[in-house]
Amino acid sequence: MADHKHDAGHAHSEEHFREKHLMLDPLPRGVMNDMVMESMTGKPTWKFWTVVIVLSAIVAYGLVYTWAKMIAEGLGIAGVNRPSYWGIFLVNTVFWIGISHAGTFISAILRVFKAEFRRPFTRAAELMTTFGLVQAGFSVFMHMGRVWLSYWLFPYPNQRMLWPNLHSPLTWDLLAITTYLLSSTMYLFLPLIPDVAMARDRSTGWRKSLYKVLALGFRGTEGEWAHLRNAMNIFAFAIIPVMFSVHTIVSWDFAAATRPGWNSTIFGPYFIVGALHSGMGAAVVVLAVIRSNMKHMDYFIRGEHFDAIGKLMLIISMAWAYFFFNDYMVQWYGGDKWTHQLLHFHEAGPLGWMWFGMLFCNIVVPWAILWNAKWRATPWLVSTVGLIINVGMWFERYIIVPISLTINRMPFTWRMYNPGAEIPLGIGTLALFILLYVLASKVIPLIPVWEVQEGQMAHELKKFGRETVVSVSELE
Amino acid sequence: MIRPEEIKMSAEETGKWGMVINQDICTGCQACVAACAMENNVTFVGEEDSGYGRSMHWIRIERFWEGEYPEVKMTPNQPMLCQQCGSAPCEPVCPAFATVHSTAESLNLQVYNRCVGTRYCANNCPYQVRSFNWRDYERPEPLPNQFNPDVTVRRRGVMEKCTFCIQRIHKAQDKAKSEGREVADGEFTTACAQACPANAIVFGRVDNPQSLVSQLAHKGHGVKHLEELGTLPNVTYFKGG
Repeated sequence: MADHKHDAGHAHSEEHFREKHLMLDPLPRGVMNDMVMESMTGKPTWKFWTVVIVLSAIVAYGLVYTWAKMIAEGLGIAGVNRPSYWGIFLVNTVFWIGISHAGTFISAILRVFKAEFRRPFTRAAELMTTFGLVQAGFSVFMHMGRVWLSYWLFPYPNQRMLWPNLHSPLTWDLLAITTYLLSSTMYLFLPLIPDVAMARDRSTGWRKSLYKVLALGFRGTEGEWAHLRNAMNIFAFAIIPVMFSVHTIVSWDFAAATRPGWNSTIFGPYFIVGALHSGMGAAVVVLAVIRSNMKHMDYFIRGEHFDAIGKLMLIISMAWAYFFFNDYMVQWYGGDKWTHQLLHFHEAGPLGWMWFGMLFCNIVVPWAILWNAKWRATPWLVSTVGLIINVGMWFERYIIVPISLTINRMPFTWRMYNPGAEIPLGIGTLALFILLYVLASKVIPLIPVWEVQEGQMAHELKKFGRETVVSVSELE
Repeated sequence: MIRPEEIKMSAEETGKWGMVINQDICTGCQACVAACAMENNVTFVGEEDSGYGRSMHWIRIERFWEGEYPEVKMTPNQPMLCQQCGSAPCEPVCPAFATVHSTAESLNLQVYNRCVGTRYCANNCPYQVRSFNWRDYERPEPLPNQFNPDVTVRRRGVMEKCTFCIQRIHKAQDKAKSEGREVADGEFTTACAQACPANAIVFGRVDNPQSLVSQLAHKGHGVKHLEELGTLPNVTYFKGG
């Protein structure tokens, strides 16, 4: 077994393993807890306050003021028209729900499959889910003509016995998103309990009172852990079908309609893969930002994690390309003249650059960069790819919603769509997402410390002769 | 196995009220558009919004041409209004039941005060005949004096569309009922049909084979738009007769 090449490069030495893998580089528990506490409770710098003030200003103008104006004056200040009755509002709804999918994917699917690399960043991804869904909710409510009556969409008992129309994909959508928001928030909360209990024991003042409430009296006894594990296990399995159903139902908003370009049977899985594509891209951006801006995060989030997510991004990009091709090919072969018109308009219309841009961002960029292991382990590079994928996926939704709405079966009504108030509103949701995240990073431990410690306990480096070998024990 | 002749038409498929539009004699004068706007309190949106695709007309005259300038040939004008589909794509998609089917009249109703403005119905309408109130439009004096008291004035954020002048239908039915008889064919008509100087629009009962509209509709060369979608429209068009 004496492989001279390995010996010469010390590729399998203990040092090499420790440096590369978080799971093999354990720190004493107390030290690690303090690191996470410090990253959270450290005195905010001027940089932090600048970011918070700028983001708050954008939210105040983009979201609060513009939305209030739109409620008072009507949707006329936005760019929606006939035939593009849905514009960037719905683009952003689909976009944010897409972003929210990565959290569940990383946290639930990787947990169920016991992918060890997930451990340090499940929390960061779950937070993205919850905050992303909040933006999706804002985007969908702000597009309503009479948002002050939106409670009519909820099934509430009333004297006139009027219920929401359960035939409408929008009703399914609302129920699915609400279910997803509630279950993903609970799923965010469960693994948080041991961490807030840890924070409770290490803080004073208002923090202590807050964490005391959130920790629900968790002391870390055997029984509590057993219950927590059970609950998390149930949720991890149960939330996976919820996640799949949410974006399928979002796709039905389009697929169930009679319009050319929308009425496609492959939209369900195509949307799910698209959601994961943008979601993983967003996750990697968030991780890179956390890593470079928060204390001690370079210990927890390492090149290996970007490498692992990079691989997933590459595979998802391939899957997206497959579904895109399938959707396009079958629609084109269908031979419907309106669909042909529409497909031609996608590529050769005034916004054809967006169609080619989508293919470039979603396929060319990830395939050109993520095949290389060294590049995959470079945080700034992978997060740039993630950002580009998100631009591409936003283009994809823009092509599906307003561009496809431009072409319909009544050529007399064909008209271009020019966004108006959608732009400040969209930027407002983006700013609110970042703001919520920035503020949460000061209150919520972004690293699930107990999960990291658990993983480190399970991992061990063993020596067989001159060869160092990683051994992982089954915990449950 | 069911043989084709055994298939019975349901009430939706036969329809009740219907319209026949003769494109050959339509001059494109827009009298129907003006009459409809006055009868149904349809607002004027102004030049800018209208140019941006926000005009609110419940009926519009579609003009098309063939060939390139200067060799341009006009095709017949095509008045387009809600086709009052028997199986309407706009109806199932409304989450609030604001777009519903009237079983009594076989019409698609739009309940303005139930509409929350998701605009899904308009996206799903293959005829693109629904109008959305993008703003609260100004009605300078003396325009408010000519409101039709029988028709609701809509506010911002609400979808609206042609109703086949349902207020006229109800008035005629109430009158006939009080006199103990059925509504006679041609006793009343919609605003657009009434205003058409060429009589290109004929309105009436399509479920009565004796009515003028049924006889015209069954003359043989009428077409229903986008019938291939299974929408069961109640408006028949004639062209090149």
